[in-house]
Amino acid sequence: MNRHRSKLVLLASLVAAGGLSFLQPYISPYYFQIIIYIGINIILASSLNLINGFAGQFSLGHAGFMAIGAYTASVITTAMNLQPGTTLAIPMFLLALLCGGLIASIFGLLVGIPSLRLKGDYLAITTLGFGEIIRVIIQNLDFLGAARGFTGIAKLADFFWVYAFVAVLIFLIYNLIHSTYGKGFMAVRDDEIASEAVGINVTHYKVVAFVTGAFFAGIAGGLYAHFVTYINPSQFGFLRSFEIVVMVVVGGMGSIGGVIVAAILLTILPEALRAIAQYRMVIYSLLLIIIMLARPQGLFGGGISIKRFLKQNPEQT
Amino acid sequence: MNELLQQVINGISLGSIYALIALGYTMIYGILRFINFAHGDVFMVGAFVGYYFAPIISKFFGGSPFANGLLVMAAAMIICAVLGVTIEKFAYKPLRSRPKLTVLITAIGMSLFLEFGGQLVFGPDPKLFPALMPSSAIVNTENLVISTNSLIVIITAFVLMILLRTIVYRTKIGAAMRAVSYNHYAASLMGININTVISFVFALGSSLAGAAAVLYSSVYPSINPLMGIFPGLKAFIAAVLGGIGNLYGAAIGGLIIGLVETFVTGYISSTYRDAISFSILILILLIKPSGIMGKFEAEKV
Repeated sequence: MNRHRSKLVLLASLVAAGGLSFLQPYISPYYFQIIIYIGINIILASSLNLINGFAGQFSLGHAGFMAIGAYTASVITTAMNLQPGTTLAIPMFLLALLCGGLIASIFGLLVGIPSLRLKGDYLAITTLGFGEIIRVIIQNLDFLGAARGFTGIAKLADFFWVYAFVAVLIFLIYNLIHSTYGKGFMAVRDDEIASEAVGINVTHYKVVAFVTGAFFAGIAGGLYAHFVTYINPSQFGFLRSFEIVVMVVVGGMGSIGGVIVAAILLTILPEALRAIAQYRMVIYSLLLIIIMLARPQGLFGGGISIKRFLKQNPEQT
Repeated sequence: MNELLQQVINGISLGSIYALIALGYTMIYGILRFINFAHGDVFMVGAFVGYYFAPIISKFFGGSPFANGLLVMAAAMIICAVLGVTIEKFAYKPLRSRPKLTVLITAIGMSLFLEFGGQLVFGPDPKLFPALMPSSAIVNTENLVISTNSLIVIITAFVLMILLRTIVYRTKIGAAMRAVSYNHYAASLMGININTVISFVFALGSSLAGAAAVLYSSVYPSINPLMGIFPGLKAFIAAVLGGIGNLYGAAIGGLIIGLVETFVTGYISSTYRDAISFSILILILLIKPSGIMGKFEAEKV
């Protein structure tokens, strides 16, 4: 698919998202909610895939970025008292979402900078700690509702908004990864020292991955807040981050399509298996272990370079 | 003044528990160069072993509270050691030649499995850990209470640490452990069975976590399947602070984290308790990633 055709696909999917959103009254609210969650999870998992899968920086703090986006956008729309259906709602909601994404990406920069010095386990724990720090700070900020949560957010997000962002993000990642510039991410992942030796700016790529990933996590947070209309800090704990990581790992780190499929499956599965809901996290954790033992490239991933990245111990070569 | 002394004693008591957990992290890191995320959850299992064994032991052995307490701790240590070795055999051993990221994800998976498997087995709601020994106050003035419990915690933790030191530096298996941590390949050429040594390290580290769990639960008696997450993370931070891979570092790091946390809780706000440890972690990783006593390892191409 060349650059031109991918633009057409983006346009077509945006039109389709607009068209399909008229079907909303005909779908039961329960299924509609699942469809929205699928979209939000696709944004979260795909943006994390950029950090974890393509740039190879294992991050466990995605829910933190999501929280920042959710709270920023909610504060803005609530302060402006936006109501769904008014003419001002659409541009201002977009603005609020972008602000949420922007603030989240500033924090992404803050996390990206230590990531220049850390790798593997240390980075994972640091990002996890970062997510927890965000949560604790929100819990102590009274104007954000502290532990009681933030209520009265206008229900501005709908099918079109969510899937328009899904389309934009996928378009962006697809083109990024297939561009000459984007190959740098995978070079940094596959061999940092070798990339540096051939003149790739490793620092630059790591920071860009974190900033972009955080931006879209912030957008996803804003969409989520304006769909559920109530948020509290415990929704953005590290278990949320783990869920997103499971989607990326199951789908296949560095596989755009695989991660989308995994995000869809892992959103539907718990709903379909309501009866055994208490087993959900046990199943997730077993999935992680089994996939790492049997198929580290993920269920749907499978590029040669990602296989080498996940199967060969660099210390033994 | 009394209040300060109180905080110091509470801090050392909490810190020595963190130190015991941190020793497990640091030993496993020293030998396999990876962070056993599931360590905090082995600690949780230790607390539940104590919870279920304490009534049985006091019923069938009926010795003095002190002897019963020791038996409960021994039971937790043994079962945790078995659990640790099992985890290593099934989850980590097949991945030994794989990159660290794979092992890291597996360890996270194992940690979640123990947490939520624990919720299924033990039930999600908190349980009250039985008082192993009647706690009485040795000193009890206006704002200073020193209980026998906190003294027992400190003394037991230090005895275990000295015991560990003896094992690592004075026995044959300890020498083998140190050899393997220097170089797997060279150690195996010297006739050391790598697998046995790794299993032994997991048994040792996990049994310390089991002992720490019984001590921790006798101070904070509300136990639940997710209780291992934060002590686990903080002990990990302690290990990094002290210099991961270094036994003395883990002990010192544990004490520092325990003291800082108690002081933050006492003088600032308990809500910042969890955030402060993570802030310490981020600071230490930025300023001196090798920790207080660790040595810097340059990456080889």
